[in-house]
Amino acid sequence: MTVENMLVPSAAGTAAPNRYEATSETRGVRIVLIAIAVLFLALFLLLPLAAVFMEAFRGGIQAYFAAITEPDALAAIRLTLTVAAIAVPCNLIFGVAAAWAIAKFEFKGKSLLTTLIDLPFSVSPVISGLVYVLLFGAQGYFGPWLSAHGIQIAFAVPGIVLATIFVTFPFVARELIPLMQEQGTGDEEAALSLGANGWQTFLFVTLPNIKWALLYGVLLCNARAMGEFGAVAVISGKIRGLTNTMPLHVEILYNEYAFSAAFAVASLLALLALVTLAIKTFLEWRFADGIAAAGRSH
Amino acid sequence: MSGTAVMRFRQPSVLPGFGIALGFTLVYLSGIVLIPLAAMILKSAGLGWAEFWRIVGDPRTLAAIRLSFGASLLAASINAVFGVLLAWVLVRYSFPGRRLADAMIDLPFALPTAVAGIALTTLYAPNGWIGQFLATLGLKVAYTPIGIVIALTFIGLPFVVRTVEPVLREFDREAEEAAATLGATRRQTVFRVILPSLLPAILTGYALALARSIGEYGSVIFIAGNIPYVSEITPLLIVIRLEEFNYAGATAIAAVMLAISFSMLLIINLIQAWSRRRFGHDG
Repeated sequence: MTVENMLVPSAAGTAAPNRYEATSETRGVRIVLIAIAVLFLALFLLLPLAAVFMEAFRGGIQAYFAAITEPDALAAIRLTLTVAAIAVPCNLIFGVAAAWAIAKFEFKGKSLLTTLIDLPFSVSPVISGLVYVLLFGAQGYFGPWLSAHGIQIAFAVPGIVLATIFVTFPFVARELIPLMQEQGTGDEEAALSLGANGWQTFLFVTLPNIKWALLYGVLLCNARAMGEFGAVAVISGKIRGLTNTMPLHVEILYNEYAFSAAFAVASLLALLALVTLAIKTFLEWRFADGIAAAGRSH
Repeated sequence: MSGTAVMRFRQPSVLPGFGIALGFTLVYLSGIVLIPLAAMILKSAGLGWAEFWRIVGDPRTLAAIRLSFGASLLAASINAVFGVLLAWVLVRYSFPGRRLADAMIDLPFALPTAVAGIALTTLYAPNGWIGQFLATLGLKVAYTPIGIVIALTFIGLPFVVRTVEPVLREFDREAEEAAATLGATRRQTVFRVILPSLLPAILTGYALALARSIGEYGSVIFIAGNIPYVSEITPLLIVIRLEEFNYAGATAIAAVMLAISFSMLLIINLIQAWSRRRFGHDG
């Protein structure tokens, strides 16, 4: 609870009803605003979420487990886990390197570099897939060379991994940069002056300082990596059992009117989202100081 | 200090690893993002002006761009209104479930778009929970442009809330007290003192939601109906052109969308620069 919350009369306990009238709303206005907010959230967030699980279990629990354990579904789950297992560590290493360079040093073109790192967030996911088709597809710049050497990137797993890396590119970096900027270089300078080498300084001084923000970034990166649809849909070719990730499998089942099965696989992704949100909320609540403050509860 | 710093590329530091960290960052950024995007721009430039405008000026393309823009503007506006309201309620009032409601706001970020798409379609279909209720009112939402607005509202919901929340939390309550002391009614204080200083944050959130909505694909295609000229969004048209192996068509439309994204990014940066000058904080 912050000081502000104590200043505001709560809807539950109003010991001195008129004391804050001038800088707060009347009880009636407050109740109406809260009611609109709760109704809006229930209608737009809670109901879709509930619909996923209701539809998933519509055919009964056995049909549910049959849908998520059939070979194509298992192949999709395996592929999604594989793609995330490659894409997330890549962006993790990049995020740490980028944050180290940007937050700990002063150099020319820094703000341009920061803007460029955020670029994938403002590009349509469809374009994120398209750029790799244009590079590695049969008609692409490297297409003829790749096919001559028997390498397939577009419409295969490497393409899916590349597209996923593209769309999740900024997640780790943008969590780390503001926090590491705020922390400055004092701790690292002290460690170095006491005789630690560069790696020791990073592992024993910097890393403990940023671990929660790092975990936070990885968590968001992973959720997006496993759930990405548009970029992956463009580059995967949607070959069942081979290049079908979980979100693509959901689409195929849905378009085949296998609604219960589609929602059963979708419910796994929804569960992933809920777990992500739960851990995220816990991290923000418990380690608010160790997570970049930009735009979040403090 | 700045006199010498201007001259060199980076200021001196005792910390190691600058070269390798920046080098890796630049190589990775170029390989994953910059070169692929540049290749796409190059490809669309290779079409030539006449061919480029023939594709972009095609009535079906124009209808898709108009629809994407119109639906996104509408959805972002809905989110601006409800986003401010939600941020206000979450920051200023305490009520049972407030923490849960606050955590829920990020659901559209965390929930895969395809899942959101099929869930919303099921809800708003003529036989769905909400759809059948609306059907009695004669309102058809799923498989129409209204459905697109619903999906984009869902997708853009967190942006305004999350940009306004921190600014409202940091807002100096003494300004409100001063306004009240000087005889302003609560309504005047809210509309003339508080909301104007939230404006940069609202605009930033609005622009972010708009940018995201224009490019959105997964959540929209299920609920949209995807009828050419009526309910076919721009990203879908790119996918359709690709599936027809019409790479030129896909690339030209994508180049227009990319230009729109870059303009949005520029606008957001301008809003924040203006906000820093005017209010001393980011939007």
